[in-house]
Amino acid sequence: MGKLKLKEHVITREWCKGCGICVHFCPKQVLELDDQDKVFAARREDCICCELCELRCPDLAIEIETEQGSE
Amino acid sequence: MAIKDYIRERFFPHIWCPGCGHGTVMNSLLRALESLGMSRNEIVMVSGIGCSSRISGYVDFHTLHTIHGRALAFATGVKLSRPELNLIVPMGDGDALAIGGNHFIHAARRNIDITAIVMNNRIYGMTGGQFSPLSGYGTMATTAPYSNIDHAFDTVELAIAAGATFVARSTSYHVKQLSKILRDAILHEGFSVVEVLSQCPTYFGRKNRAGSAVDMMEQYKNDTTPIGSKAKKENPDLIERGIFVQKEMPEYCREYDKIIEKAMKGN
Ligand SMILES: Cc1ncc(C[n+]2csc(CCOP(=O)(O)OP(=O)(O)O)c2C)c(N)n1
Ligand code: SF4
Ligand SMILES: [Mg+2]
Repeated sequence: MGKLKLKEHVITREWCKGCGICVHFCPKQVLELDDQDKVFAARREDCICCELCELRCPDLAIEIETEQGSE
Repeated sequence: MAIKDYIRERFFPHIWCPGCGHGTVMNSLLRALESLGMSRNEIVMVSGIGCSSRISGYVDFHTLHTIHGRALAFATGVKLSRPELNLIVPMGDGDALAIGGNHFIHAARRNIDITAIVMNNRIYGMTGGQFSPLSGYGTMATTAPYSNIDHAFDTVELAIAAGATFVARSTSYHVKQLSKILRDAILHEGFSVVEVLSQCPTYFGRKNRAGSAVDMMEQYKNDTTPIGSKAKKENPDLIERGIFVQKEMPEYCREYDKIIEKAMKGN
């Protein structure tokens, strides 16, 4: 059983209002807003799956999907 | 259950402004319920009127969207008739402590098993930024263009004095703590009050030049501290977070049952 690792940042674009809370408080600066002010994972490889973006999102627009890592 | 199984997705995106803390309070509440493994059928949410009160439209429990300030009165009726259900009453600061102040103190005094959540943005959000009993001295509001001279209630102290048996405070920044506190509040048998500092960037933020939602959450991070911390002793202006009171006292519905039993026995 390996550690949980990131599968995907599941983003519901229609629910995202571009408030920037997730972008600002991500401890690894993984997230950014695109030209339409919707969040996307600009540096997904830096994600540590802390889920703080998911927990703080006022719009329930972002979800961290994880999977079981190897080793 | 996943978090999305607890909401009415057809009403999303919700009406709250970008960065409104009320959405985060809902998020934390859903996680608390998920961690308890509660079924939607065991929960009744009763709300009044206000931006905060809109929450009852978005969650897929038994829900009542009632009238301004009176949510606790409706909830008391529901709880007395169906004491096996879990009652959750989210309220705005105006809803809970201006028009609803009397219901609030008397629900606390009776120790009825209801979880009251005060979503405190220090303003009337829904009606355009009037000051509330939680705005505080020196704040700006549409109804206080030269600054507010009313002093604020301390929700925690008020709830304790009124007899609430579970009293806690957290913020929309401290989501892990908030979820845990909401969980404990729901499990507590008796009247629970959880005050959550929740930013209104649109009215409180603009009127008070408090910046963006992010800036307001930074303020929650910097201006609050765990109960009894060393930081609090050094800086008494810090606002304490955590559980202030958690005690066992006879619960109202159970006491009422005893009265029914007595009465049924006759004279
Ligand atoms: C009996 C009654 N009085 C006044 C109003 C107008 N009103 C609607 S919401 C509100 C206050 C909202 O402020 P708050 O309770 O703090 O909730 P928020 O919108 O800030 O979340 C008022 C005064 C009303 N709907 N009903
Ligand atoms: S007016 Fe304020 S409280 Fe109401 S939804 Fe907008 S930010 Fe939230
Ligand atoms: Mg308010």
